[in-house]
Amino acid sequence: MTPVLQIHGVDVSFGHGPRRKDVLHGIDLALPRGRTLGLVGESGSGKSTLAKVVVGLVRASSGQVSLDGTDVTRLRSRADLFALRRRVQLVPQDPYASLNPRMTVGETIAEAIDPRRGGAARHRAAVAERLAQVALGADAADRYPHEFSGGQRQRIAIARALAVEPDLVIADEVTSALDCSVQAEVLNLLAALRRDLGLTMLFISHDLAVVRHVSDDVAVMHHGRIVESGTAQAVFDTPREAYTQLLLASVPGRRRDAA
Amino acid sequence: MTATNLLPRNRRPADGPSPGSARTKRRRRPGLMLTLGLTGLGLLVVLAVVAPWIWGDRAEELGPSVHLGSSGEHWLGTDALGRDIFARTMVATRLTLELSALATLIASTVGITLGTLIWVSGPRIRAVGLRVIDVMISYPAVILALAIAAILDPGPKACVIAIGAAGSPSFARLTANLAASVAGRDFVGSARLLGVGPLRLMRRHILPNIAEPLLVLLSVSYAHTLMALSGLSFLGLGVQLPDYDWGQLLAGGLQSLYTNPVEAVGPAVAIVLAGLSASFVGDGLAAAANRSRRADAPAKATKPAEANAAAAVGTAPAVPDDAVLVVDDLRVLRKDGTALVDGVSFHIGAAEIVGVVGESGSGKSLTAMAAARLLPGGLHATARTAELRHPDSAALDLVAPGAENAETRRRLAVEIGIVYQDPSASFNPALKLGGQLTETLRVHLKASRREAREQAIEQLDFVRLTDPASRLRQYPHELSGGMRQRAMIAAALLTRPRLIIADEPTTALDVTVQAEVLRLLRAANERDGTAMLFISHDIAVVGDLCDRVLVMYAGRLVEELTAEDVREGRARHPYTQALLAATPRLDTAAAAPAESAGGPEASAGEPASAEPVRTLAAIPGRPPQPDERPPGCAFAPRCPQVLAACHDTPPPVHSPAPGLSVLCHLEQAGARTGETGTDKPLEAAR
Repeated sequence: MTPVLQIHGVDVSFGHGPRRKDVLHGIDLALPRGRTLGLVGESGSGKSTLAKVVVGLVRASSGQVSLDGTDVTRLRSRADLFALRRRVQLVPQDPYASLNPRMTVGETIAEAIDPRRGGAARHRAAVAERLAQVALGADAADRYPHEFSGGQRQRIAIARALAVEPDLVIADEVTSALDCSVQAEVLNLLAALRRDLGLTMLFISHDLAVVRHVSDDVAVMHHGRIVESGTAQAVFDTPREAYTQLLLASVPGRRRDAA
Repeated sequence: MTATNLLPRNRRPADGPSPGSARTKRRRRPGLMLTLGLTGLGLLVVLAVVAPWIWGDRAEELGPSVHLGSSGEHWLGTDALGRDIFARTMVATRLTLELSALATLIASTVGITLGTLIWVSGPRIRAVGLRVIDVMISYPAVILALAIAAILDPGPKACVIAIGAAGSPSFARLTANLAASVAGRDFVGSARLLGVGPLRLMRRHILPNIAEPLLVLLSVSYAHTLMALSGLSFLGLGVQLPDYDWGQLLAGGLQSLYTNPVEAVGPAVAIVLAGLSASFVGDGLAAAANRSRRADAPAKATKPAEANAAAAVGTAPAVPDDAVLVVDDLRVLRKDGTALVDGVSFHIGAAEIVGVVGESGSGKSLTAMAAARLLPGGLHATARTAELRHPDSAALDLVAPGAENAETRRRLAVEIGIVYQDPSASFNPALKLGGQLTETLRVHLKASRREAREQAIEQLDFVRLTDPASRLRQYPHELSGGMRQRAMIAAALLTRPRLIIADEPTTALDVTVQAEVLRLLRAANERDGTAMLFISHDIAVVGDLCDRVLVMYAGRLVEELTAEDVREGRARHPYTQALLAATPRLDTAAAAPAESAGGPEASAGEPASAEPVRTLAAIPGRPPQPDERPPGCAFAPRCPQVLAACHDTPPPVHSPAPGLSVLCHLEQAGARTGETGTDKPLEAAR
């Protein structure tokens, strides 16, 4: 079976000449259907840039990014890019910024269902179904984002991403703006969606404990390279690379004898 | 320092004021300016409608006496043809307002459309379009209008088009600039990823979010338009006889200004009043928009602090003699009396590291800032005791009002070191590090330049910054975030303070840098015996660094426990238990029960990773707003083990040892049934 996402030898650099800055070096990744790949790394390691390459916001200077076997880096026409954008959905970090404050939740989700003619009334049933998927009542459709807590807003953002029925969901630091108890709510939802929908997800986070909690596989990024990847269990329990070991040793809250 | 700086970056208070309260707030204080302006404009509109019916005939009626002064019959006298000026001024209201409205409409429609088109088109056209608009704006509107009016035939139509065209660039620029700022926000990016087209993006996502400033510009622009149109009529380019507007009446009045000054007064006053009203509406709208954006404006006056005082009675626990910081019944109050921190008592012993953990809005940062006398404006602190103790001198009172003399300031600066959350904002970017690091030493400890420099180098070396001597000549931006935070710690350590207050010092840092900073804080504590108050939202970090941990919820202390207990998950209060159960941990996969599997179906056929996933315990509901805190335990509405008493009766303090306490009704219930009662919930939570 072809992986949903296959990244092969992707380099990305910004700028030209002496100011040229290489951000990603020879990234190789494969994400099979129904699995979650956790991408960990510190700030500046290039994990968000990689996400932007996958959604088509940043162009790779070399290498291939394939979605279901189609190389998306070769896409040039508007229609193709439009189709790509619908197949990959990004859940952004900050739920306070990612929902339009002047649109009801129903309008927001209806727009995801049909970006050209979507309306809350027209897609009422579909919207309710999407909201139910993230454990929100149908009455949420008529309310505005400010009436919801941070965790609920993040669930709405997830519902919006799922409304497109994407092949791949990219979750970019989705819990880092949330309080601990709210983070738990979102992580539990993601776990349930993985179980029930067989979600294929690229989960980006700097928080190793969170990544371990949601991921099947893990790739560790450092200075634009993937230094180690494997199943979550292998990477977290028996890290091979020195950097991974350092990263794991730095995580607070491990038992003293383990640290 | 503002209140938002006290909150961790990327975190907002869990919820702003509820929509209902925000709406009542705005309704309650519509603003004097807005009221005045709207009343004025309303009266003018009524006048515009009714005036021609009432005064129409009289305004056209030729009289025998020309250029008459003010009299009982003619309040503002008569003009060159003996017509009543007052009546004419009233009748002219309609035409003046109509023409101004029309011109404003043209300006706004053309401008907003132009701005939208510029924003929607590609980046190159956008850049050129914005420059063109800049050039258009730099020409005075009236001159542009004069030119247009001169090209077209003089008359009201030409004037309206001219003024409208001249006013449109400011709308276009505002629209394009605001759209650019809104377009950078996540929800616009998300909509783009969904495939929403540019025009629909503009209509649904951008225009509604920039409507407020445009509305303000609309009313201000109305005032300008009125002035400009009157000016053109005054110059004879606008409304032509036999029609007349205020500008034209003014022109007529000016001819006989020396013989009959009152003739010019009527239209002049009318123009000024109408312009003022429109400007007032604009300013009032702007003020209202600002106010509704300010989240922390007090919603309503609530019960005074005394009402809750009973809750904390008897919470003065045994304080050891060597305590550095003693706080008893600390309250941080808004001006309306709402307690954001509601009766917190704790102490920090010598060389002790005490952590404060809680979610956003729990009051942990305010508690710390109150202890440092650094509360943001609009808040004040009260306490039965809040003092920094010193073995050799008198205790320093941290909440006494009006004690800001030089000596207090010196002691605060010297005896308390502060490490802020955001290392990029805690240094002045325009000054070199050397001056900022040595300032306290030189000002308060009267150290010489050389001594201060040497000590600064020593501390920078201690926080393991390479080449400390040359760091002093660097600007803050030349250091990385982690280096800056280490420099901040060095600065806090410089005066050898008795207490260091660290407010989320590692939240903005990467995990490896965080580990380093925590090690440094620990090392400073061991080297100098400095006591620390360490604030964090991360219970794992607090458990690692601290000796003792205070857990706060909704402005109150709910539990004090040892860090050992935190690490081992031995909490007694249901909230602390919930917090621990909600935190994902690296080492739980091994300890997690095998039956709580989450992923196997999802990864069917991929046997390698069938790892059990522990379901995290999310806490349903959200914390109460400070002005809606229940009379009993604040956590009661969300507590899984709630008792009947919890809702109405403040929880009693159960203090098994000095420095340890639990504020929970379960403790009493548990005490009656023996100690096992308190262990059960723990099992349930894990």
